[in-house]
Amino acid sequence: MQDKGIFNLSRRGMLAGSAASVAVSQGTIASAQASQASSSPPARMAVNLTVNGKPHRLELDTRMTLLDTLREHLQLTGSKKGCDHGQCGACTVMVNGERVNSCLSLAVMHEGDEVTTIEGLGSPDDLHPMQAAFVKHDGYQCGYCTPGQICSAVATLEEIRKGIPSHVTEILTGRMRPTNMEMRERMSGNICRCGAYSNIVDAMTDVARG
Amino acid sequence: MRSFTYERAATPADAARAVASHPNAKFIAGGTNLLDLMKLEIETPAHLIDVGQLGLDRIEKAGDGIRIGTLVSNTALSAHERVREDYPVLTRAIQAGASGQLRNKATTGGNLLQRTRCIYFYDTNMPCNKRAPGSGCAAIGGISRQLGVIGTSDACIATYPGDMAVAMRVLDAAVETIRPDGTMRSIPIADFHRLWGDTPHIETVLEPGELITHVYLPKPLGGKQFYAKVRDRRSYAFALVSVAAVIQPDGTGWVAFGGVAPKPWRVPEADAMLPHGAKAVVDRAFADARPTEDNAFKIPLARRTLAGVLADAKA
Amino acid sequence: MKFEEPAGQNLFDRAKIVGKSTPRIDGPLKVSGRAPYAYERHDVAPNQAYGWIVGSAIAKGRITAMNLADARRAPGVLGIVAATEHKPVGTSRFNHAPLFGGTEIAHYHQAIAVVVAETFEQARAAAGLIRTEYADGEGSFDLAKVAPGAPLASEKLPDYNRLGDFQAAFASAPVTVDQRYTTPDEAHAMMEPFATIAAWEGDALTIWTSNQMVAWSKRALASILGMPADKIRVDSPYVGGGFGGKLFIRADAVMAALAAKAVNRPVKLAMQRPLMFNNSTHRPATIQRVRLGAGRDGRITAIAHENWSGNITGEDGENATLQTPKLYTGANRLLENRTAQLDLPEGNAMRAPGEAPGHMALEVAMDELAEALGMDPVELRIVNDAKGNLPGEPEMKISDRNLERCLRTGAERFGWSARKAAPAQMREGRKLVGLGVAAGYRAAPTQKSAARVSLGADGTIAVETDMTDIGTGSYTIIAQTAAEAMGVPLNRVRVDLGDSLSPVSAGSGGQWGAASSTAGVYAACVNLRRMIGEKLGFDGDAATFANGHATLGEQSHALSDAGALSATGEMEFGAFQKEYDIGTYAAHFAEVAVDAYTGETSIRRMLSVCDAGRIINPLSARSQVIGAMVMAAGATLTEDLHVDKRFGYFANHDLASYEVPVHADIPSQECIFLDTLDPMISPLKAKGVGELGICGPGAAIANAVYNATGIRMRDYPLTLDKYLDRLPAIA
Repeated sequence: MQDKGIFNLSRRGMLAGSAASVAVSQGTIASAQASQASSSPPARMAVNLTVNGKPHRLELDTRMTLLDTLREHLQLTGSKKGCDHGQCGACTVMVNGERVNSCLSLAVMHEGDEVTTIEGLGSPDDLHPMQAAFVKHDGYQCGYCTPGQICSAVATLEEIRKGIPSHVTEILTGRMRPTNMEMRERMSGNICRCGAYSNIVDAMTDVARG
Repeated sequence: MRSFTYERAATPADAARAVASHPNAKFIAGGTNLLDLMKLEIETPAHLIDVGQLGLDRIEKAGDGIRIGTLVSNTALSAHERVREDYPVLTRAIQAGASGQLRNKATTGGNLLQRTRCIYFYDTNMPCNKRAPGSGCAAIGGISRQLGVIGTSDACIATYPGDMAVAMRVLDAAVETIRPDGTMRSIPIADFHRLWGDTPHIETVLEPGELITHVYLPKPLGGKQFYAKVRDRRSYAFALVSVAAVIQPDGTGWVAFGGVAPKPWRVPEADAMLPHGAKAVVDRAFADARPTEDNAFKIPLARRTLAGVLADAKA
Repeated sequence: MKFEEPAGQNLFDRAKIVGKSTPRIDGPLKVSGRAPYAYERHDVAPNQAYGWIVGSAIAKGRITAMNLADARRAPGVLGIVAATEHKPVGTSRFNHAPLFGGTEIAHYHQAIAVVVAETFEQARAAAGLIRTEYADGEGSFDLAKVAPGAPLASEKLPDYNRLGDFQAAFASAPVTVDQRYTTPDEAHAMMEPFATIAAWEGDALTIWTSNQMVAWSKRALASILGMPADKIRVDSPYVGGGFGGKLFIRADAVMAALAAKAVNRPVKLAMQRPLMFNNSTHRPATIQRVRLGAGRDGRITAIAHENWSGNITGEDGENATLQTPKLYTGANRLLENRTAQLDLPEGNAMRAPGEAPGHMALEVAMDELAEALGMDPVELRIVNDAKGNLPGEPEMKISDRNLERCLRTGAERFGWSARKAAPAQMREGRKLVGLGVAAGYRAAPTQKSAARVSLGADGTIAVETDMTDIGTGSYTIIAQTAAEAMGVPLNRVRVDLGDSLSPVSAGSGGQWGAASSTAGVYAACVNLRRMIGEKLGFDGDAATFANGHATLGEQSHALSDAGALSATGEMEFGAFQKEYDIGTYAAHFAEVAVDAYTGETSIRRMLSVCDAGRIINPLSARSQVIGAMVMAAGATLTEDLHVDKRFGYFANHDLASYEVPVHADIPSQECIFLDTLDPMISPLKAKGVGELGICGPGAAIANAVYNATGIRMRDYPLTLDKYLDRLPAIA
C-alpha cells in the first residue's frame, strides 16, 4: 500500500487513534459548516404547481426534489432517477416549456410552474410523434433513460427552432438547423448506456422533418 | 440532505435582510450546483433564500457595454442577440459547458460560484481542506489528472471548473453585488475568485450574505473570438484545459485559460506575448506552474490548444 | 423437449414474423413512461417505507464502533439495520465479496447499514447522522505490483493452452510482434441503479427488483438469507440495463429484505449512484502480453496470449485470452491466464467478460503484425482465419462460421480500399484521419429454458417465463416466436416476463438469452399445439397453425374453438452441441479524426458486420450491436475507474467523473447481419449478438487512431494525455 500517512495525522487529530491501527471516522469530515444536526421535524411548505395540465396544491418537505415529488408523491414514475445529481438526464422534464433536470430542483421552487412529464406528452394509445418515432427507430433498449431522452428531444427541436445556439453551431448569428451534429451535441446531457444514440437521432430527424 | 427552512425573497433588500437574520443561510437560484452538494451534505444550509423572483433576469445596455442580471440563465445569456454579436466568446464558453437542461436552470451569478469538481471534495469519506478545513488534501498524491497546475497550494489543488467565467475573464467583466447592509460594490472578475492558499474553503471575495446582482461587460473587444474546450468525451464533461481568446487582426489580443487553476487563469503579461505565438504565451502564463505527475500534460495541452486557436484565427 | 440433433427444415424456415424487423411490443409502455421499473411499483405492496444504504468509508479493515443513536432519534426513522448489530449474511456461489453484516470490511462502500424512514428525505438525512469508527487495515490494490506473482487461474486448462513449441516457433519466425497492453477497471454504469422493494408475508418474501437472472437470484437470496428458496418470489419485469451488473443478488435486495423484516413493513430502496461503482461488481483491469510470429506470407506460426488480472478472492478474474484459441490458426500456441488477489471491490461479469478487453489487445497486435508484414489487416485476418477447424481441438467441429465473409463484406461496404497503409497520411485541415479494422468472436452458448404458453378463450396467446428483458428485446422476440409457432398475429400475443412464479428460463447473460429463451417458448408452443389437437381431435404436431387456425388436411379449427388451455414446455440442449464450436463472428470497422493540435479523437463512422445465424428481430438485434459498439467506444476512449492505491477504491465513482459515451461521441452507426443459419444452436437457428458487438470495435477504433496519427497506444483508454507529446510538432 502506498503511503497515506499525512492523512493518518489529520484524521487521528480528530479521533482517538490506536498505535496498532489507524482510526478513521465517517461523518466527521463531511462538511465545512459544522451545523447542528437537527432532530426537529422537517420543514414543510405548500406549493402550487400544474403537472400535465392538472393543478396540484401540495404540502411538502422542503427537501423534496421536483423529481421525487413527481415519482413518489404524484406517482408519475415516468421521469427516472438515474443519478440524482444532474449527471445523466434521465429525470428530464419540461418546466414552463424548458427542459430541466428535475432531480436538481426543489419542488418548493416551482410555485406556479407548469410541468410537463413524459406522461403528459402522450399515452401508449395516443403517442406523441416523438414517442412514436422512438418506437419506429428503436431509439431505446432498456427504456430507463427513454422518457428523459424523449422530453429532451422534444425540447431540443424547439430550442433549434427558437434559434438558441449550441457548442457546434458554426455561425452564431445564423439560422439554426436540426443537423445530425446539432442534435447529438444538444442531446448530450441524456446518457444512454445501452447506446441507442444513433437510433435516437434518427427518430429526431424523422420528427424534425415533420 | 439536512432539513432546512425555505423562503422566497421578493427584493434584493429582502434577501439581504433574510440572510442577515439566519446564521447558516444560503441563497439559491438555479440550484444545480447547490442541491447536488446538499444531497451529499457537502453543503448543509439550515435556511435557503430563493432569490429566483428578484427580477434580476434582464440583459440591458449599459454605457458601451451590457449589464447582465444575476438570474439570467446560461441559455438565455448565450442566446442573447447582443452577446452573440458582440461577445461571442461568452456564447461559445457557455455552450461548451454542462448540458442543455443544466444551462436552462443555471444562472449567471450561480455559475460564477460553482464549486470545484475534485473527486475528493465530492467524497465525504475523504480528507479535503476545502470541504473540511484541516482534514488534509487527498488529491495531492492521489488522482489529480483533472486538477489544477497553477495558483494551487499545498492545502488544495482543485480548480474552478466552469466555462462562462473564463470568457468573462477575457472580457474583463465586473461582478456587481449588494451586501447585507445594503451597500453595493463592483468587483473586477480578476479579483472575484481567490487564490486560496491555505484557506481553500474560501473561494471568492464575497462577504457572508453578499449577493451578486449583475455582471457588467465593458465595451465589446471586436476581433475574432474563440472558446476552445478540450475534454475526454466530446460533450457534457469538464475541461481538461480550455482557452478563451479574443484575437485582433494584428495578432494582439487577450487570452484566459480554464480547467487549470482555482480561478480563470489570465496573466496580462502573457496576453502581450500573443503576437509571438502560443509557446511564448503559455511559457509566460504558466511560468509558476506546479503540476502533479498526473496533470503535467495540461501545460503542453494549453500550448497546443492555444496554437490551434491562433491557427484558426489566421485562417 | 430436447434439442438432440441439428435442426432440419422447420416452420421458422418459412417464417412470416420471426426474422422480420419488429418494433418492440413493450415500446409504447417504455416511451410513455408507463413501464414500471423496480423502484416504481407503488401498487404491489401498501405502505412502503424508504431505505437508504450506508457504505463503508474504508476499503479494508474493520468497524470498531457505530453510533446509531442520533440517527435512530431522527424524524421519521422507523429502524436501522447495522453491520455491528447483524451477523454476516450468508453467501452464494454468485457472490465473492461479503454483502452485509459483521464488522469486517472487504471493500470500499461495502454496505454497513440501511436506514428506514417514512420518507426518502428522512432516511437520507438520518443516514448522515450515523458515526462509524474504523480500524483501517492494509490491502493490496495495485495490479501491476502483484501481477508478477499471480498464480495461474484455477480453471481447467484445455489442451489448446499449450500446443507445439511456441518458444522455438516464435524465435524462428521471420516477422514478430511482442507487446504489452493494459485495460482499466470498468463499470457497468447501467442507467437504472440497483433497486428493490421487499415485503414479507409471514416467512415468505417477495422482492420486486431489477435483475437479469431471476432463478439464480431466487436461489442465491435463499442462501444469503438462510431461508428456503420456495419462500421467495423475485419479480423483475423491467430492467433498466444490466450488462452483467445485475446477474446477481446485490446489496439492494439484501438490505431491502432485512430492512422490511426489521420494520415489519414493505421497504423500497435504490442504491445511490455514488455507491454504484464500489459497492457493485466491475470489469477487472487486465495486463496482457501478446506475441505473434508469422512467416513472410502472413501465416501465423506462433501465437501467445498471456493475461493478468485481479479479484477480491484471487479467482475468477477477467480472462482476456478467451477468443484467442478461436480466431486464428497457428501451430505453436501458448495461453496463460493468471489472477491475483486484490482488495478492490468484486470483479465479475461485464458484457463479454474476457473477450471484450481480450480483443482490445489481440486485435491491435494483429494490426501491428499486418504493419510489420506490410500486409493489409483485412487480408492478414482472412489468411489466418481458423475456419476449417479450431487449433488444438481437431476433434471439435465448427457449426457455422463466416468470418471471412464478414471481413470482405465490411471492407467493401466501409470503403476500406480508401485506407492508406502507411499511417498519418490522411489529413483534413486540423484533423488526422484514419481507418481501422478488427475481427470479433464470441461464443454462442445455450442454457435450458422453459415457458408456459396459454391459449385464451378468445384465441389470444399468453407467454409466461421468468426470462428477463434488459433492453435486449426479449419481450418482442418471445412474442414473435409464439406468434409464429401458434399461427396468430403478433398483436394477439401477450408476454409476461421476469416473475419467479413463471417457468424457469435461461435468463439474460452470456449472450445465451435470445437463442435459449425462444427455444423454450417454442417447446411450450409445441406442447400447446398438441394439447389443442387432442382437444379438437387432430394431430397437433402434423397440423399447420396459421391465421388463428389449426389446419390438418380438410380439418380446420379456429384456435378459440379449443377453449382456454395452458402448456408448459422446456428446451434442453443435447450433448451433441458439445461436439461443435458454436460461435458468433464479426468484422468491425471504424473511422476516426484526431485533432492534430489537441489530440481529441472523434469517431466518424462505425460499421459492424455480424454472423450470428438467423436474426429473430433485426431491428432490436441491430440495437444490441450498435449499443455494444458504443460501449466499446467508451472503453477505448474514456472509461477508466481510477484506483486510488492509497485508500484502495475507485475514486471516480459517479457519472460525471466516470465518462461513458454521450450523444456527441457517437456518429451514425451501421450494422449488417449476414444471412446465415446455424442449425446446431436451436430450432430457430438463431444466435445472440449482444456481446459479439463489443468484441472488436474498440480495437478497430484504436487501430484507426494509429492509422490517423502513427502513434501506437497500448494502454486504454486512449486519452490524449498519453500521446500529446507524440502528435505532430506545432509552431
